[in-house]
Amino acid sequence: MTPLIIIVLYMSLLLSLGAGANRLFRGTSQDYLLASHSIGPVLLLMSLFGTTMTAFALIGSTGEAYTKGVGVYGMLASSSGIIHSLCFFVVGVKIWTLGNQYGYTTQIEYFRDRLESDKIGLLLFPILVGLVVPYLLIGVISSGGVIQQVTAGAFPSFFESTNGGIPRNLASLFVCGVVLIYVFFGGMRGTAWANAFQTSVFMILGMVTFYVIATKLGGEASFLENLRKASQAVPEEKLIREHIPKLAFFTYMLVPFSVGMFPHLFQHWLTAKSAESFKLAVVAHPIFIMIVWVPCVLVGIWATSSLAGVPPTVRQNDVLPFMVKELAGPLLGGFLTAGILAAIMSSLDSQFLCIGTMFTNDIVLHYAGKNRINDKQIVLLARLFIIAIVAVTYGFSLLKHRSVFTLGVWCFSGFSSLFPLVVASLYWKRLTKTGAYASVLAVLVSWIWLFSNADYGANREYLFLGMMPVATIFACSTAALVIVSLLTKPPSDETLRKFFT
Amino acid sequence: MKQFVWCLVILLAIVHQDVWFWNDSTLVFGFMPIGLLFHAGISLAAGITWFLATKFCWPKPVG
Repeated sequence: MTPLIIIVLYMSLLLSLGAGANRLFRGTSQDYLLASHSIGPVLLLMSLFGTTMTAFALIGSTGEAYTKGVGVYGMLASSSGIIHSLCFFVVGVKIWTLGNQYGYTTQIEYFRDRLESDKIGLLLFPILVGLVVPYLLIGVISSGGVIQQVTAGAFPSFFESTNGGIPRNLASLFVCGVVLIYVFFGGMRGTAWANAFQTSVFMILGMVTFYVIATKLGGEASFLENLRKASQAVPEEKLIREHIPKLAFFTYMLVPFSVGMFPHLFQHWLTAKSAESFKLAVVAHPIFIMIVWVPCVLVGIWATSSLAGVPPTVRQNDVLPFMVKELAGPLLGGFLTAGILAAIMSSLDSQFLCIGTMFTNDIVLHYAGKNRINDKQIVLLARLFIIAIVAVTYGFSLLKHRSVFTLGVWCFSGFSSLFPLVVASLYWKRLTKTGAYASVLAVLVSWIWLFSNADYGANREYLFLGMMPVATIFACSTAALVIVSLLTKPPSDETLRKFFT
Repeated sequence: MKQFVWCLVILLAIVHQDVWFWNDSTLVFGFMPIGLLFHAGISLAAGITWFLATKFCWPKPVG
């Protein structure tokens, strides 16, 4: 019961943040969707980091290290430290400059303008939404799973089938409800504040988790002795990368390019007060990744030792909640659960807001005409779409359960393969709208073909030509973009002047 | 200096592939797997490299 009380208190804090942001709401759509471009360096760093670190960062990293060993850090974390900052630097700053100049709110508004094509929106919209929804599901389902795990035994007479824990579906509904309320009332400002708060929470509590688990596993007087005892009990195969193919490790470096095309990050970039605001995020992001991931990977490999006593029936994504429940007391377990939920919810909120914004701006406003809808109606529309997307996502979460985690890397691969399009649009004058169509269609066709070859994500170890599938999709996307652009009519002088002078 | 910083970024991405500690199970300080320590060092080096990039490669100030 104690963990549940702490979780409820934590959720109440988040709701009060949303209410606080609502008091500062200026009533305009610019303020609701982009916080009136008022986000400074610290808030931008925290909201970008909180948004990119999803359920994968805490639960996924521990679970992956549990099955694959320490190589997971190099494959997923340190590569992200290099590539994410590169994306913020070469794409984020430039997008902010253009967005500030021409009033963009979404990716599709920018691409329609840059590619002189209205129809590119109709092609990109379903692809972007289709790739974000499974990403949302990962957060919704994993948050429900965490709460079910840590509340086990709290309500034995109510929830017999889940060992007395709050059932996953009910817990997911609770999390969705809280996120919906603070996004609905707080808009982008509420989301940025909540992200900053939640990022602080999961970073601090992540380190506390690490300390507590090391102390409990070691049982010695000094912390260093505990670390040694925990690590020395780990099987050797988890300390090396013998079972990770080198080509797969190398091509995994393409996966973090996905942040260059995440629609929710695009929207966060546009909230910055100035281009200078990006500097702190570019520098601190790799360091923050290290602070969060190194302890999680160590906890993951410690879980494989006989000291931890994790039964083989525990699923990969339940390793961290299991360790927390078994090794921390109920009070600390409650706080640590709040930390895990913070990592999950700090991504969910941005994604919900972003899809609501895309429906409002890219579909309704674009086709109904901006002049026919006033600013208050735009805010109302965005809020209604946010409610709808939360409801639809929750509905999907009831249908799919176990395979959704395997979709994570496929979602990232899709976004990564669209990265050549955004880079070419910013730096290559010769990119044509036909080249862009060819690139997007090449991504679509190669992604579907490889996804079906991988048994629709069920084959988690699937490689194509010994490489991660993203390498092939990325290559198809780039080749189609370059070849077709060179064979077709260049953009007009007016467009080139607008974007390259 | 600008080219030097971008060369550093590329060098970092290459060194990140780490062929030195692939099958080395040494525990540095008795608890830290050497492969993990190497990549944690890469994260730290990335922070320093990006700091240099913001100093020397930052774009000049300009629906």
